[in-house]
Amino acid sequence: MSYTPELKVLIQNVEMTRSARVALKKNGGEFPMMSLPEREAMLRYHPDYKEEGRRALAVGPSKGYRVAHEFADILEAWSRVDPSKVDITNIDMATDVLIIGAGGAGTSAALLATENGAQVIIATKLRHGDANTMMAEGGIQAATKIKKDSPYYHYLDAMGGGHFKGDPDLIYELVTKAPDVIRWLEEMGMMFDKFPDGTMKSIHGGGTSRKRMLSAGDITGAEIMRTIRDEARNHENISVIEFSPVIELLLDESGNCAGALLYNLETEEYFIIRAKAVILATGGCGRLHVQGFMTTNHYGATADGLVLGYRAGVPLHLLHTVQYHPTGAVYPEQAEGLLITEKFRGAGANLVNIKGEQFVNEREPRDIESSCCIRECLERGLGVSTPTGRLGVWLDSPMIDMLSGEGTVQQNFPGKYILFKRYGIDISKEPMLIYPTLHYQNGGLRIDARCRTNIPGLYAAGEVTGGVHGENRLMGNSLLDILVFGRIAGREAAAYSHQVKTENNLSLNHVKAFHRELEKAGIPKERVSPMLLPDYTDPEVRKRQLTSTYLGTLR
Amino acid sequence: MSTTEIKTKLIPIYVMGKRYKVPETLTIMKAMEYAGYKFIRGCGCRGGICGACATVYRKTGDYKLLSGLACQTVVEPNMYLTQIPFYPANRAVYDFNEIEPVPEEIFKLYPEIFRCVACNACTKVCPMEVDMMDVIANLKRGNIARAAELSFSCIQCGLCTSRCMGELPQYHIAQLSRRIYGSLISPRAKHLQEAVKVIASGKYEECVRSLMAMDENELRKTYQSREMEPEMTGEKWVPENKKYL
Repeated sequence: MSYTPELKVLIQNVEMTRSARVALKKNGGEFPMMSLPEREAMLRYHPDYKEEGRRALAVGPSKGYRVAHEFADILEAWSRVDPSKVDITNIDMATDVLIIGAGGAGTSAALLATENGAQVIIATKLRHGDANTMMAEGGIQAATKIKKDSPYYHYLDAMGGGHFKGDPDLIYELVTKAPDVIRWLEEMGMMFDKFPDGTMKSIHGGGTSRKRMLSAGDITGAEIMRTIRDEARNHENISVIEFSPVIELLLDESGNCAGALLYNLETEEYFIIRAKAVILATGGCGRLHVQGFMTTNHYGATADGLVLGYRAGVPLHLLHTVQYHPTGAVYPEQAEGLLITEKFRGAGANLVNIKGEQFVNEREPRDIESSCCIRECLERGLGVSTPTGRLGVWLDSPMIDMLSGEGTVQQNFPGKYILFKRYGIDISKEPMLIYPTLHYQNGGLRIDARCRTNIPGLYAAGEVTGGVHGENRLMGNSLLDILVFGRIAGREAAAYSHQVKTENNLSLNHVKAFHRELEKAGIPKERVSPMLLPDYTDPEVRKRQLTSTYLGTLR
Repeated sequence: MSTTEIKTKLIPIYVMGKRYKVPETLTIMKAMEYAGYKFIRGCGCRGGICGACATVYRKTGDYKLLSGLACQTVVEPNMYLTQIPFYPANRAVYDFNEIEPVPEEIFKLYPEIFRCVACNACTKVCPMEVDMMDVIANLKRGNIARAAELSFSCIQCGLCTSRCMGELPQYHIAQLSRRIYGSLISPRAKHLQEAVKVIASGKYEECVRSLMAMDENELRKTYQSREMEPEMTGEKWVPENKKYL
């Protein structure tokens, strides 16, 4: 699967301009950055700005708000169960804090909830740690080098990167709690990239004014996830129920969140969990394939938490934007959609077109980089076509060795180096072919700085929420987000759970009321959510699967 | 995203012994989905890092047992494969605050480490090219740091444990050694401790709050004019404006 002869010829164009581009950088030069008006003009190439890609929601607390059809399809949808048929008087399990989702936000919430005296159940659809957290590569931002950086600059970068639409209170928490999160990880034994004296290595990301991106090789998220998961496994007050998604929240008669309806994917049984407080930490939405884009997200990223929260009455915030990571692999085919970390650009690799020309500074915010790639391919016709007809542009990784010394690519990007080597491509010598890929849900459920939703007892943290990143997240702020707000949610939910004294009867009345709205809006009954898992069955096979009645993706 | 768009040659593969014809360019995971399997287990990140899709396979006429990740390995004609969606392994429970950076801690929690007979089956089966036998050998010699570094790429898929005749949970042992190294052996970041302390003192409260109070126009101006750290500088760079540091 190495490059085809046709692509190898095109790579020569990249090689021809490479030494000049490297020389420019070595002399401290830069491809010009865009001004804010230039950036704003560029955004018309961004998928978020295509009005035909979205519609106004017909039901629910954010009725009238325009979101992508793929979101609307799961939000305007029926429950997987008939709420009148569920016996909610029969409690199967009880706990102080129920956490839905076992990625970085859920796991850090569990650790803090336990530390604050709560009994915790984590319910998760796949395994503990099967989450986008695991896949985050490049790094985590934190202003830890205060001789040149401070939360002030981190705030400014995050706010500006998000088009000044972020929630000031949330960004305040994000940037001022960041170093303490790093300290927490270091104490737990996370292996950060360090100089021999212990100083953490730090680099730029798109839209950062200071080099504050900390990392653990090119598997930063995986290293975070496996470290905090390992710690969670040491606590007997945290129990994890795997392969069991929550399919509805349960409220009590006074409207407080008081539990959830759990579904065992393997036995297809439903269980009632009573909880004094509930945290939604279900992550993102890549597997909805918004506007048909390929995705970097893990198998379970189907935005289930949005559905659960929305049905219970939590409004949406900034969900009209999703993030397309500028650099997803388009070649070879089996790596399609795979994330190529921004750290490659942080380390100096240019984006260049079919002629070998650089067309954007590699450190613009992600939405700008993506827009430029899309324009290069779709409007200017300067994209490179793959054998299966996909378009892409080059990410010139060999520049990194020329800038920082032979062997840098192999040493700093061991994961990608090995992977591409298997495909017969040496990324320290040959560029990678990339195109924007659906990466991150910028918006989500509305929360306050204490991770509270508008429903007492219901908290949310991480990618399922909106407001931390405005309309566009910067690299390294998502790993930070899940840990800062996961910890806040865990602490707050534990404190709340200690105050809950009486236990009112549980109720699914909110689902019944939502169903009445759906009925009125004429939403077809076949539309059922949460999706739980995406479906990649071949349509020909599907035609022959006659005995199954499919609700979404499972029977 | 539909796999039917692919107009490539179909080849036979055997999923748990049963024959299916699938496009030759697909990974094992996509090929099984193409054939009609719907994963609940054995599928996670689909990007080669979560360790959910460990797969073992053989090719016709070859005695060798091969392995890989279903989301990363491309199908080959006549491969006989199965996924290992779960493999039981012993994990010791410990209080990390009580752990000392000495190898005896690991020996105490995982005495089975000395059942290793250095057969190298773990290294051979590893899809991430981790030299797991060497990780264990280093630990037995007391070199936690080296074990941590060598096992850094481990994705905890459990294939090593499934093949181990000494019944070691290598990936859990390696995880413990990495945590000990990261927390207690590798030097701590002094600048980090300093930053945490200074933030707690409330030093930045006023300047961050001033940003929170700004209207959008002023904020835009401040954003546009912020001083950028040049890319090719080392650790020494300091900004001209130190007012907000």
